[in-house]
Amino acid sequence: MKLLTHNMLTSHVKGVTKGYPLIIKATEVKVNELEFNAQFVSRMIPKLEWSALIQAAEWLGQSQDLPSALIPDYENDEEFLRKVHRILLEVEVIEGCLQCPESGREFPISKGVPNMLLNEGE
Amino acid sequence: MKLKELESCLQQVDGFEEPKILLEQYPTSPHIAGCMLYTIHNTFDDIQNKLVADLGCGCGVLSIGAAVLDAGLCVGFDIDEDALDIFKGNVEDFELSNIDMVQCDVCSIGSSYAKKFDTVIMNPPFGTKHNQGIDMQFLQTAISMASTAVYSLHKTSTRDSSDMTCQHLISSTKRSRLIFKWTSFDLLQHKRQKGNLVALQNFSYRLL
Repeated sequence: MKLLTHNMLTSHVKGVTKGYPLIIKATEVKVNELEFNAQFVSRMIPKLEWSALIQAAEWLGQSQDLPSALIPDYENDEEFLRKVHRILLEVEVIEGCLQCPESGREFPISKGVPNMLLNEGE
Repeated sequence: MKLKELESCLQQVDGFEEPKILLEQYPTSPHIAGCMLYTIHNTFDDIQNKLVADLGCGCGVLSIGAAVLDAGLCVGFDIDEDALDIFKGNVEDFELSNIDMVQCDVCSIGSSYAKKFDTVIMNPPFGTKHNQGIDMQFLQTAISMASTAVYSLHKTSTRDSSDMTCQHLISSTKRSRLIFKWTSFDLLQHKRQKGNLVALQNFSYRLL
């Protein structure tokens, strides 16, 4: 599971009003190289919940001086974009779980795939 | 990349070992997937460097094709763990890094991913196995997830209900620019399940 994907995931447990962001508890993390594309990263940034991304990076011990708020004119800052590229697309959670911040319900991550399926009645 | 190259590349994608009939599992044929992706990429430029979602991805034929055509990232969504395992194997065989996947029920996604993706591609279940209407649910979800375009395969017999679904969604989502049209290809697909020829179906492409 990449952090770009994690940034979009929410918990839909019954009764939960804000199941976001899902807390990452990782037991295995890998870094998989992916060709850097400044334009793509730049375009993805406005779609992100930036604070959730920073939190996710912290949970994985991968904060690496990413700013807690977006810098202006980030589109032209290649060093910044490369850092974002790495955290969004190259760091992957292979094993662990995602925890709903409100209900505590855990969604397992196995072989890199988060399982968001709910049981009946949840 | 030429269409023929893309098709022969997709022929390497492993299909289902034991397709689950109730989930309408079958791999999208390399020919159909190739034609579809080739058009999306070359005519509409909706794959390269885009954030793409593949709903009901199964073994990942469409996702692999999108990744090979340099999608920024392609995320596959499927309910079945076994299918996603095969998808994972395919991703490893192809050595692709621009793919991710989520196990979930597409019909329960709602508006969680509203407009997060540039493009949605899919070959959804058609609703032939006690799940009538599921293709329209997939379509609704896809339209809410995509900011630019949805490309999906549907049976020609459901064309009217697809059009109605879209009309309804245009007014409820207040999209200022939503173009949709059908493009027909004279394609036939054989569905082989356990060695028996099940059905011949005509597919039309639906372009939004």
